Amino acid sequence: MTTKQLSIFLENKTGRLNDVAKILSESSINMKAFSIADNTDFGILRVLVSDTDKAYQILKQNGFAVKFTDVITLHISNTPGSLYSILDLLATANIYIEYMYAFSEGEQASVVIRPDNLEEAVKVLKQNNIQ
Amino acid sequence: MIWNQAAECMSREEKRRLQSQRLKELVARVYANCEPYRKRMQEAGVTPDDIQSIDDIAKLPFTSKKDLRDYYPWGMLSAPLSDIVRIHASSGTTGKPIVAGYTANDLKIWEEVGARCLAAFGMDKNDVFHVSYGYGLFTGGLGAHGAGQNLGATVIPMSVGNTEKQLLMMHDLGATAIACTPSYALYLTEALEKSGIPREEFKLRVGVLGAEPWTEAMRKEIEQRLQIKAYDIYGLTEIIGPGVGHECEFQCGTHLHDDHFYPEIIDPETGEVLPEGSTGELVFTTLTKEGMPLIRFRTRDLTRLVYEKCQCGRTTVRMEKILGRSDDMLIIRGVNVFPSQVEAVLCEMEEVEPHFFITVDRVNNTDTFDIQVEVKEQFYTDDIKGMVKLQKKVVAKLQSVIGISPNIILSEPRSIERSQGKAKRVLDKRKFQ
Ligand SMILES: [Zn+2]
Repeated sequence: MTTKQLSIFLENKTGRLNDVAKILSESSINMKAFSIADNTDFGILRVLVSDTDKAYQILKQNGFAVKFTDVITLHISNTPGSLYSILDLLATANIYIEYMYAFSEGEQASVVIRPDNLEEAVKVLKQNNIQ
Repeated sequence: MIWNQAAECMSREEKRRLQSQRLKELVARVYANCEPYRKRMQEAGVTPDDIQSIDDIAKLPFTSKKDLRDYYPWGMLSAPLSDIVRIHASSGTTGKPIVAGYTANDLKIWEEVGARCLAAFGMDKNDVFHVSYGYGLFTGGLGAHGAGQNLGATVIPMSVGNTEKQLLMMHDLGATAIACTPSYALYLTEALEKSGIPREEFKLRVGVLGAEPWTEAMRKEIEQRLQIKAYDIYGLTEIIGPGVGHECEFQCGTHLHDDHFYPEIIDPETGEVLPEGSTGELVFTTLTKEGMPLIRFRTRDLTRLVYEKCQCGRTTVRMEKILGRSDDMLIIRGVNVFPSQVEAVLCEMEEVEPHFFITVDRVNNTDTFDIQVEVKEQFYTDDIKGMVKLQKKVVAKLQSVIGISPNIILSEPRSIERSQGKAKRVLDKRKFQ
């Protein structure tokens, strides 16, 4: 259920995201999902990749500030209400979501969640049979 | 160790007698041999006979950097070119360079004061001395080289560049001391850490650092990360190069070799000599030089002199940390800002690297003040909030020290250029408007 996500600090100048994409593609690393958080001065790219350790090494070698962050990845059905039920479970357990992003492929949808209390969130979700 | 007990520990009275004697000889020499000095003294109505003691120095006109450029290349020489055996030049950023000629005796003096500095840093003939200052017109390389040779150390003339090779030589030849700029010492520290070679395999213990201003905090960083004792060696190309002064083991100011280089503190506005203990502009007279002696040369450095005998036993006058150069000072929104202050604040913060770049501009008649800083790798966070908090912390720290709020630009690791020579840390775009 938990996955290692890469968080990459990016200066707010054009082309930095391209640089990351290029570096990863040159090493045949696939980006499965990503989101960008930014303000006017800088951004943080959060990304799930096919080979996390390799991607981490390669980005580091290329001078990026990269960190591992543990996140929860859930595969849910791509139907109305399925996301709501999960968020409701966490809210009821007083777990705060720092950020989340989602992507869908046909019937399936995946959601990446970074809760403030990872252990507790995993426990709650498992208790409710959510994978 | 004290290299020259007689010169470095003489009483103040004895020193004054020596300085008076040397000044008289110097003034007679330049008056006879150097036209610009003779003309200027005549204009001021002073003759060599008016100079009887060191206190009479205040009667003499000042010399500035501009004079050295105006009389480029040989106009300020007081010895015939046939007696000049070496040339050095400063890399002035504008216009013509400043060229200095040395006689054989000048080089001897330089090697003497240089050896005094190295001895004060605890070095002796058993040291392997790795010189990473640039060799060439710059005084750093050959200056440190001559000092090390006179001391009897094993000198490795590495010069600048090719950091990998530098590490290899330092490692294989067992260098115990290194001469370089403080920013290069930091650069080298990073390279050493990256190389993966265990620190124990190096014998390095002393840093002979100078040629650019640095802070106490930067010293701490170098000492901790490179595991050496870092000493400041002071020098100016115009005066002689590295060796004008040095720190001792107590690191309580820079001992100036005032038997050769006589320092004064003046009011930079009026030119008046200020009472002992005042802060003002440092002025030097080279009492013994023959090639290009300088009389009352205005350094533009602001500092204070301390005349009490030091705990180390030396009686040479001590100069406090230079507060800044009037040329380096930025006036931003009416406030005087020294890049050295920014550096000191950043060095004290564990979250950021000591490297920075200041950009000043004027937009809609208001000065903008941007400082680019690098966050240390372990302090990057996964969320915007954390990074903004860090950004605000840096702003608040700087604001409390310099009085105005800069705009802090957090940047990626190693995105700020590491300087191998004098660090370039400021861009004032207002000058180009
Ligand atoms: Zn001392």
